[in-house]
Amino acid sequence: MNYFIRILHYLKPYRMASILAPLFMILGVTADLTQPKLMQNVVDIGIASRNLGYVIHSGALMIGLAGVSLACGLGSIYFSTVAALGLSTDLRNDLFAEVQSLSFKNLDRLNTGHLVTVLTNDVSQIQQFIMMSLRVLARVPVQIIGSVVLAVLISPRLSLIFFVLVPSLMAVLLYLTNRAYPMFKQVQGRLDNLNTIVQENLAGIRLVKAFVRSDYEIEKFHRVNDDLTSTNVKASKTIALLSPFMMIATNLGVVAVVWFGGLQVIGGVLDVGKVMAFINYLLMLLFSLMMVAFILMFISRAQASAYRIVNVLEARPDIVDRAQTVLHEIEGAVTFDRVTFGYNEKAGAPVLKDISFSVRAGESVAILGATGSGKSSLVQLIPRLYDVLAGQVLVDGIDVRDYRSEDLRRSIGMCLQQAILFSGTVRDNIRFGRPAASDEEVIAAARVAQAHEFITGLPDGYDTKVGQRGVNLSGGQKQRLAIARAILIRPRILILDDSTSAVDLTTEARIQQALSTVLKDTTRFVIAQRITSVQGADKIIVLHNGLIDAIGTHEELIQTSEIYQDIFRSQLGEGDLQYA
Amino acid sequence: MPEERKDPPAGPAVAARPAGFGRPGPGGGRGGPRGSIAAMAYAEKPKDLGSTFKRILTYLGRQKGGLIAVLLLVAFSTGLELLAPYLTQIAIDNYIIPKRLGGLAVIALVLLLIYMTDAGVTLLYSFSMIDVAQRAVKSMRNDLFAKVQSLPIRFFDLRPHGELMSRFTNDIENIDNSINPSLVNLISSVLTIAGVTVVMLLINWRLAIVCLLSVPMFTLLTRWIARYTLQGFVDQQTNLGILNGIIEENVTGQKAIKAFVHEQESIAVFGAANLKLKQSAMRAQVFSGYIMPMGNLLNNVTFALVVGIGGWMTIKGLATIGMIASFVNYAKQFASPLNQIATLYNTVQSALAGGERVFQVMDEPGEYQDEKEREIGRVRGQVSFDHVWFSYDQTTPVLKDISLEAQPGQIIALVGHTGAGKTTIVNLLARFYDVDSGVISIDGEDIRNLDKDSVRRKLGIVLQDTYLFKGTVRENIRYGRPGATDEEIEQAAVMANSDHFIKHLPEGYDTILSEEGSNLSHGQRQLLSITRTILAGPDILVLDEATSSVDTRTEKYIQQAMLSLMQGRTSFIIAHRLSTIREADNILVIDHGEIIERGNHEELLAQKGFYHDLYYSQFARAV
Repeated sequence: MNYFIRILHYLKPYRMASILAPLFMILGVTADLTQPKLMQNVVDIGIASRNLGYVIHSGALMIGLAGVSLACGLGSIYFSTVAALGLSTDLRNDLFAEVQSLSFKNLDRLNTGHLVTVLTNDVSQIQQFIMMSLRVLARVPVQIIGSVVLAVLISPRLSLIFFVLVPSLMAVLLYLTNRAYPMFKQVQGRLDNLNTIVQENLAGIRLVKAFVRSDYEIEKFHRVNDDLTSTNVKASKTIALLSPFMMIATNLGVVAVVWFGGLQVIGGVLDVGKVMAFINYLLMLLFSLMMVAFILMFISRAQASAYRIVNVLEARPDIVDRAQTVLHEIEGAVTFDRVTFGYNEKAGAPVLKDISFSVRAGESVAILGATGSGKSSLVQLIPRLYDVLAGQVLVDGIDVRDYRSEDLRRSIGMCLQQAILFSGTVRDNIRFGRPAASDEEVIAAARVAQAHEFITGLPDGYDTKVGQRGVNLSGGQKQRLAIARAILIRPRILILDDSTSAVDLTTEARIQQALSTVLKDTTRFVIAQRITSVQGADKIIVLHNGLIDAIGTHEELIQTSEIYQDIFRSQLGEGDLQYA
Repeated sequence: MPEERKDPPAGPAVAARPAGFGRPGPGGGRGGPRGSIAAMAYAEKPKDLGSTFKRILTYLGRQKGGLIAVLLLVAFSTGLELLAPYLTQIAIDNYIIPKRLGGLAVIALVLLLIYMTDAGVTLLYSFSMIDVAQRAVKSMRNDLFAKVQSLPIRFFDLRPHGELMSRFTNDIENIDNSINPSLVNLISSVLTIAGVTVVMLLINWRLAIVCLLSVPMFTLLTRWIARYTLQGFVDQQTNLGILNGIIEENVTGQKAIKAFVHEQESIAVFGAANLKLKQSAMRAQVFSGYIMPMGNLLNNVTFALVVGIGGWMTIKGLATIGMIASFVNYAKQFASPLNQIATLYNTVQSALAGGERVFQVMDEPGEYQDEKEREIGRVRGQVSFDHVWFSYDQTTPVLKDISLEAQPGQIIALVGHTGAGKTTIVNLLARFYDVDSGVISIDGEDIRNLDKDSVRRKLGIVLQDTYLFKGTVRENIRYGRPGATDEEIEQAAVMANSDHFIKHLPEGYDTILSEEGSNLSHGQRQLLSITRTILAGPDILVLDEATSSVDTRTEKYIQQAMLSLMQGRTSFIIAHRLSTIREADNILVIDHGEIIERGNHEELLAQKGFYHDLYYSQFARAV
């Protein structure tokens, strides 16, 4: 329930609407409640005394009340929608902002299917629930209290029936909803799984087709779908038990009224009209209780969703800016001071162990090493995409944790190993890190990345639409756009993480050439496999199993580092060239 | 007499559950370079509602038994509920007023019995209906997934994944949420109306006519409101789909967003889409909600009319007090199902909006549609491209007049600048796309005349994008050959040189890979892809930049394995590292979609052309 309260805070901006909605509803119900009373008067007074005027007068009054009820009903619907949609929209915005603030580490844990379900489906459940509640919830207690009070006024003795009826119903209600709650939580969880499978299959569709594994995937989907369905059936059936329980209890009440009321009428204690009115109030009570049952069905669902939503809202990002951050124009010197890093503190050996080195602003650094030796992990620590486990990463002598991460990252241009592009135009993708950049700047960046030529060859040039993840571009084209994107932010530190692997060598050489002239004052980190791409660097770091094996220039390493010599030899044959 | 009977669901609330899916493309952009897709643009206007409705019903119809059971049970229960107020009337008129105690006892007992039975029957049909509806929804989801699996790659090219995902969850859930309560309510409402009408006519036809007056008013009201709600629901679902697309794309691309401090812009884009969703939902929810109070008005008016006119009639001696009592009940029993039907009509609009979007995908032509059934048998491996032209968008040719010939067992290397069309050649060979003109054949047989899947089974492709599924390392490798034993898997891993790093993972081969294998380095992912293909043991091998992110020393080891794998198998290799391709029997240099040079390594070097330059550029700076 705490989760719920957290979510109810989102109604604050819609305070007026969320008060008006039930208020109108209460007014409407009051109007409705008077109807049986008026009818009773028509029967007991009007008809009994054969007073036509009274009958007509009362009839007109009833119609007038119906009008009031309509106006109130419409008002209530309108305001409840305003409040519920306001809440769900704000909630979604906050969730999205929260997801944006999460660190890579958080995201490595939460899967996409789950986040997508939470932001759409779970929020919808809450929205439905709030809307329902505002529309009906106010009506229910009023109706219950009203019908009970009016019934007591008619016949205190018959009303004793209520005191048996209502508590026993409430007990059943609570029992069933408590049972349903965990089931609905499970339903949402299974929905996550379903979402995940669909998402995986969409992202990996080429692979599925290439290996002709559709049948296998379909079977996998069937299993997840079966799970979802059976949990859903179980939860729905639990909730479906409510309705017959209500019917039995309330109708027992009706029979009791007919019987005991009948006895009283026969005994001359009660009027027939009163028994009829009493039955009407009882039915009104039944209706309200049905509503309660219905709302409770939504409550268990909504509660499950609230739990999931709040969990995302409270997934505190584990990389947070310190309270005191430094303001510093970054120049680009980078120092690693006995850095140890691992993706998971507990399990497994650390990915980087006791890494120390220093780079002056404007230097170029190349990192070489076997697959999985920790090259990508190392560079991701510079813009503080992950935090170190021990030691310090310093930029201009200041611990990266002392910067505002926004300032830090804005000074660092990063090309990830996998060129992640977004749907939108080519231009939008290049401008990603600096949306305000002019067209000339975009083109200049594209030229440096050797992308201008192919872009102008695209059907709509810079306005060509790129599909999700850039599916309609070749691997090398994607990588060049990613490089242009990094250049455009005019970084003080540029990181190229194997980001020319799909670019042919001539083009790559041209990119390197352009970079070293255009960004000659920028500190450059380059991860590469080919010696040719790294040998011009001021410093070459050779990583081996998470440790620094050697640091030096090409000339030094070729003399001192066995691994470097080994790498060099492995590529030497390529050109049939003798190293002089 | 329970007036507002049955699972109350018919309320406004149920009516509307945002679901959805919609026009793809956060940036609003699609139909770009591969513009042909624009032709399949998403509908924003509800089109063929009648047939959408029928198709939803077809899914329900698959459970004939359950459906008939529900129908009968609901009918029975409705009958019981009609009987009850009638008995109440008798109790009042015949026993309470004349003060006959014995009769009253009997009636009370009968009433009790009826109510108990009714509760039991209600329970039964609720359960059956849940089964029927859930099964219908389940098979709808299964069908949709199977359809998605059969769609051509082209379909996925420009469609945001999140948008398609929304159809599986939000849209189908919309259908689920409305068919379950709707069907039961519809049946019981229609029966109640019919029954009540007959009973009322029998009791007092004049008063009955007063009640019946509300029917045309209800009809008009419903139609008027539904006009607004349907469009609202369609927009709501569409916008929800767009939103889903934005969420999915942003979550999966979070690394780039973080690195480029693009959070604020992403949040702004999301906020705008969210606002659009709110606006369309507002319309759908408000109007579908309005049905309730308006129906209530009609109820109240009818109620007042019955009491007023009935009172007057009683005074004139045309009716009795008991009659009014029962009529008031009947009037409610009559009006409330009408109200329900009106509400349902609106609820169904939301199901239709969801259904339309689901069926839209189901109606896309699948890639197996005009499939030739011919299975390809044992393949020798002769592959030829004969004057092949191809474009992704039917306007800009990506491949121009490509002809090539691979003899069984030969190694063919494709070299050229990025974007020259190398991967496209692979895509065509796997029939991810079909040629615009020209013929691709395997062993002399046009591949378009062969069963697509059987062709793909013969190919072992290591794709440029190394995709891994969530699951263990072992499962991911086994993807290449489902029946493979653990030993075979490990052998393949040893061959691909991935065994070493796998063993160093926390759980070895049982380590669970996170989404898209993000806990592995790119090079490690490539090694796993190669392992997967080695295990598959294909007849024709296609390596598209298979080792681009693998360091050169590891690559050396793999190369040995690769060479032995290529023994006797026709192989296509795309690579930038020329060392990989030196062994090729035939090297094709591709530039701007055309083959500009061909020959083996020595021949091409001797030509001193493009290849020669490319080759020497590799070590140019080394000297």
